[in-house]
Amino acid sequence: MEKNTLTVKRGLAQMLKGGVIMDVVTAEQAKIAEDAGAAAVMALERVPADIRAHGGVARMADPEKIIEIQAAVTIPVMAKCRIGHFVEAELLQALGVDYVDESEVLTPADEAHHVDKHGFDVPFVCGCRNIGEALRRIGEGAAMIRTKGEAGTGDVVEAVRHMRAVMGDLRRLSTMREDELATFAKDVQAPLDLVASVAREGRLPVVNFAAGGVATPADAALMMRLGADGVFVGSGIFKSSDPAIRAKAVVEATTHYQDAGIIATASRGLGEPMTGIARDTLAPEELLATRGW
Amino acid sequence: MTPVIGVLALQGDFAEHTAMLRGLGVESREVRMPRDLEGLDGLVIPGGESTTIGKLLETYALLEPVRDLGASGFPIWGTCAGLILLATDVGKPQPLLGLMEMTVERNAFGRQIDSFETDLDIDGLPDGAFHAVFIRAPIVGSVGDAVEVLARLNDGRIVAVRQGNLLGTAFHPELTADARLHRLFVDMAQAA
Repeated sequence: MEKNTLTVKRGLAQMLKGGVIMDVVTAEQAKIAEDAGAAAVMALERVPADIRAHGGVARMADPEKIIEIQAAVTIPVMAKCRIGHFVEAELLQALGVDYVDESEVLTPADEAHHVDKHGFDVPFVCGCRNIGEALRRIGEGAAMIRTKGEAGTGDVVEAVRHMRAVMGDLRRLSTMREDELATFAKDVQAPLDLVASVAREGRLPVVNFAAGGVATPADAALMMRLGADGVFVGSGIFKSSDPAIRAKAVVEATTHYQDAGIIATASRGLGEPMTGIARDTLAPEELLATRGW
Repeated sequence: MTPVIGVLALQGDFAEHTAMLRGLGVESREVRMPRDLEGLDGLVIPGGESTTIGKLLETYALLEPVRDLGASGFPIWGTCAGLILLATDVGKPQPLLGLMEMTVERNAFGRQIDSFETDLDIDGLPDGAFHAVFIRAPIVGSVGDAVEVLARLNDGRIVAVRQGNLLGTAFHPELTADARLHRLFVDMAQAA
């Protein structure tokens, strides 16, 4: 019997495909997410919109909260650690979380190094803005990728930009010659062997979800149509006027992303979405997506 | 005629199953709505989250038609979450097909860090052991007389079962390159 293999780590992300992973800060919210059909929940101290609003240093969630959330649901429980904070990651592993998100949404702990994820038994998901960043994280051991988007805004534009960048580069890679692959690997600062294998397979070796700015069922379906394997929704659920109903609608839109009739029905009578912040009104230092490298 | 196999595509790793089936030269279709069940010779329920898949089965009125098909001898194969959905009892309230006379314990091995790979001997499967991938996997508890046990772990716990044309595995053959169980199910669908 072998544990914690790449197959097993990447495999859990494969089981989450076509699903919605929802940010929650309490056991009560986790239960609402599970009842709505979430495929997993992400435990954190504050949702990204509140991190933006209140400022300060955003850290890993209180272990007490994580344990309460784990006790409340049967679906996988993920939790975020700060970029480079390998001790927070060790704590999350010790708590038995199912996936660690080394996340730009929290305040980075290290300005030069991400966590060496190969050294962990628990699998990691990491954010990316483009294929180079995705492959660097996979090279460090990430077993799942999500595009970053711009968390806590409710503005989907950045999520779209990042998903288009990744999917576009995947298509371009599959047409390149060997010598072009080497130059591409150098330009995007990604390991050549990974670049070559992705070019051969025509896809990333791990599951890629969309994240950062998804606020409506239509936003979720849009990300699926652009090639996402599934969707993370952060502030979009629990900063809306009726989280239970909106959560269920986002789940339905993610499953039936090719069926506008179903999405239209699911989108009726949801109440108010989260109050958004247009991404372009943010100052450069307010952007979360530019954290990490 | 080669059979047409549907793969329930509400959530989970359905694309891995359709790829395996297509690799065997079998026509495979994604099933999201009741109308997608028409013209199928068998149905695979993939790995994923059983609570999510169960709720979507209910919301889109698939639970009853799939249950009726299964009860009438239509071949259905559930892997992991699919095995859970086939059970009559999982110890907590959630939407189930309830087609196979068995109890199933969800997340029976613990959390993700307890997920594992191991070799299994499967009754009726030729050419040696099957490399099985268990991810937050369930375990079959007690089984009724109609259920045939196909595989057990070394400690005796049941991980593969068959009841007529219903097949259940606690692990994920779709995550490996070994298509023998997919072939077995296609043969079941062909014979049905």
